[in-house]
Amino acid sequence: MTMLIADWQWGYDGWIIVITSLVAMTCAIPGSLLLVRRQSMLGDAVSHAVLPGIAIGFLVSGTRDGGWMLAGAIVAGLATGMLTQFLRGLGGVDRGAALGVVFTTLFALGLVLIVQVADSVDLDPSCVLYGQVELAPLDVVVWSGIEMPRAVPWLLGVLVVTFLIVQVLWKELLVASFDPATAAAQGARPNLMQQVLMVLVAAGCVVAFEAVGSILVVSLLVAPAAAARLVTNRLRPMMLVAMLIGIVAAIGGHLSALTVPGWLALETTDVSTSGATAVFATFLVVLAVLASPQQGLFFGVFYRLAFRFRIAEEDLLGVLYRREVESRGLGQSTGVHLSELGGGGPGLAFRGIMRFAAIRLRWRRFVTQSGLIPHPDQIQLTDAGRSRATVLIRRHRLWELYLAGAAAIPVDHLHATAMDLEHLANPELLASLEAEAAKGERDPHGRVIPRD
Amino acid sequence: MNGEIATIFAMAAQPFTAATAGEGDFLRILLLQDFNTRVVVAGAMLLGAVGGVVGTFLLLRRRALMGDVLGHAMLPGVAAAFLATQALGLDRSLLVLLLGGGIAATLAGLAVIGLRRVSRLDDDATMAIVLSGFFGLGVVLLSVVQASGGGGQAGLEDFVFGKTASMVTSDVVVIAIGGLLVASLAVLFFKELRLLCFDDAFAASLGRPVMGLDLLLLSMTVVTALVGLQAVGLILVVALLVIPAAAARFLTDDLRWTVAGSSIIGAMGCWVGVTVSAAAPGLPAGAMIVLATAGLFVVALLVGPKRGLLPRWSLGRSLRRAVGRDHLLRSMLECREATGNAEITADALITNRFWSTGGLAGLLRVARRAGEVIQIDRDRWRLTDRGEIEAAAMVRNHRLWEHYLLAYAHLAPSHVDRAADRIEHVLDPVLVRRLETELGALVDAGSPASPHPLIEDPSVGDVGATGGEDR
Repeated sequence: MTMLIADWQWGYDGWIIVITSLVAMTCAIPGSLLLVRRQSMLGDAVSHAVLPGIAIGFLVSGTRDGGWMLAGAIVAGLATGMLTQFLRGLGGVDRGAALGVVFTTLFALGLVLIVQVADSVDLDPSCVLYGQVELAPLDVVVWSGIEMPRAVPWLLGVLVVTFLIVQVLWKELLVASFDPATAAAQGARPNLMQQVLMVLVAAGCVVAFEAVGSILVVSLLVAPAAAARLVTNRLRPMMLVAMLIGIVAAIGGHLSALTVPGWLALETTDVSTSGATAVFATFLVVLAVLASPQQGLFFGVFYRLAFRFRIAEEDLLGVLYRREVESRGLGQSTGVHLSELGGGGPGLAFRGIMRFAAIRLRWRRFVTQSGLIPHPDQIQLTDAGRSRATVLIRRHRLWELYLAGAAAIPVDHLHATAMDLEHLANPELLASLEAEAAKGERDPHGRVIPRD
Repeated sequence: MNGEIATIFAMAAQPFTAATAGEGDFLRILLLQDFNTRVVVAGAMLLGAVGGVVGTFLLLRRRALMGDVLGHAMLPGVAAAFLATQALGLDRSLLVLLLGGGIAATLAGLAVIGLRRVSRLDDDATMAIVLSGFFGLGVVLLSVVQASGGGGQAGLEDFVFGKTASMVTSDVVVIAIGGLLVASLAVLFFKELRLLCFDDAFAASLGRPVMGLDLLLLSMTVVTALVGLQAVGLILVVALLVIPAAAARFLTDDLRWTVAGSSIIGAMGCWVGVTVSAAAPGLPAGAMIVLATAGLFVVALLVGPKRGLLPRWSLGRSLRRAVGRDHLLRSMLECREATGNAEITADALITNRFWSTGGLAGLLRVARRAGEVIQIDRDRWRLTDRGEIEAAAMVRNHRLWEHYLLAYAHLAPSHVDRAADRIEHVLDPVLVRRLETELGALVDAGSPASPHPLIEDPSVGDVGATGGEDR
């Protein structure tokens, strides 16, 4: 670390990462709930709307006392939720518009209030909006014998309380998030849970305002949760993964704020860590969208391609096997030239894939070049390839037998369907097909079902 | 860095007529006597009007918060354009900065659409992610601008919170051009946009390019947000797009009138906000514009003729009264029928319908004023001749419907009372005549008999069959 970045100081940069990580972890908990409730923009709205609460907290206490700010922000967060609900319910306003009306009004009110108090109170308003985590490590206290930034014990406290609240209300929050109607029927009080969530979001916004500012907090609320959502389907792992991703975003954000300006040959090193953290968190979401094992674009394309190639190989083996059977005893060549496949039987993929499949099969020693003048496109089965092809053909004909019997599909429609189904390799399915085989030695077309 | 950002607030707080600050100047501002005032007011009102027009379509397309995303997303564009002009040694011009903001906002809009397509994340999440990502980049670039020093970066920060005060004639010209562009697009594509907003599937089936229309709406929003940067800043520009449109929905259902009302509300809000901020030093104009528009929204919410709370409440009240009066008259007639006594006590009525004492007293008072009942003494009441006619008609409607349900819907006699209780108020004469023809064989020409006992015994009772609307 110290080698990579010239002016790295553990006592300073380390604390920045700790503070941002704590904020990210605190935000990941309500953020995950917001995400599964499809209310992410409510997080954005609350993060704007806590501004008047914070300003009134300052106005009342006259200091930067965390408790007052927290109280003011929670009231403002609850007000956002309730007013939005009121406008939607009683006023019949569209959800997005209701949010828009409420949070812009509250934000404007907060702006007016902050401008009023900015002169009289020792308050740095830019901190509220953009966050200045760079300044946080400079304000230190001694706590249990260790000198640490004043924000750290405070953040730890909020994180623990948030965690405990979610832990205690876990079942209620879960059912209220996924099925409000059932929740209401079971007495889990979905509306109350919504208010609890609003409190947690507002608390997250207040702790985040030191680190990333009231606008970028939505980034830490939503982005880690969204990235986690793309890699897992269950809520509890999702929250844990979101917390981890938040920590990664905190580390990556600060490191990139320190290093990226250097790569771009900018002379400045005074780049906002808050902004960089938000950008990094978004980058992680994009990464998850691309590379998530379950839902990522990359793996989706990869799996589809791999499946397609496997089908092509199996089809090619099938073609070679049938050719061998046809030409047996006729003294003809038992090989196939790839150009013969151009017209394509049913289910045959295009020639390029076939050529690739031929190369792979040759590499696996399932086929060899044949003919008097060896040519890569002229191929025939090896012994290994023949036994592999036998398995496939058997599967195909067993399917035909089954389809003709159980599904009563007309004989002239069997082949195409079996052509698709023969690629399924589920062992249980194959076992039940084998049971079907007891019925006969021949498929509905009258061909022998080979034994492997 | 700290102090420099803090100057934003000082500037946001600066009223645009700082030079002429003073108590007596309010009238001057109100009467638009200064050229500067006229310029600022004209620009702001134009902006409000355009925001109202675009906002209506956005709202009806359920994309109200896209304005929020696009507004925030302009920050990196503006900052990058600023850095670029600085690096190239060009003069900072408003148009270049706006162009940068426009490009960034368009990219953000496309990013939202793209992310929604390729991932399983919902609309809210994609919008929040794109918004925070772009704004984060903007904050990074802003910190680069501030660290690199150089003059004029203060002007950049005006875009965040807006600075109506700094508006000059050329800015108003920019707003006017942008506004005209958007307004003419709205007029030109009014039919298509209407179709898009109300039934996009139908629009697609008619062969209208839904994707193209969405992009048109997106670019209209971008242009509006761009010109709005000057006045309210990129955080609050969404307010100009959302609040007037949401307010206008309380006024009317007709799309043309909604658009008109929304643009008028937007313009009014901007005018009031600018005027107040000019008159009262220390109130930032952008925030005041939002608060003034929100004030108009609350007015529309309360008294809007179409969906306003007060009109709806008074409509509900008069409906409840009419229903209560119908029930009272019918109940009195039924009591008389059951007991044979024309003088009816309040207790008997309460046994008949489970009224609350207070509610019954109110209904009786109203009916007495209408000349439908007479109070004999403290506790006993009687129908007047007029009341009797009305009551007979009501009982007849009620029982016709009961018999209809018995005969055609095959309900049990214990279940027809409640259904008829609800429908009796809205049976019009045509329907009554049809019921009479249909049921001719079942009911006699006078008042048909009730198919169920009239005074329910609460201890046995099908309590749900009474009660009704009069709680």
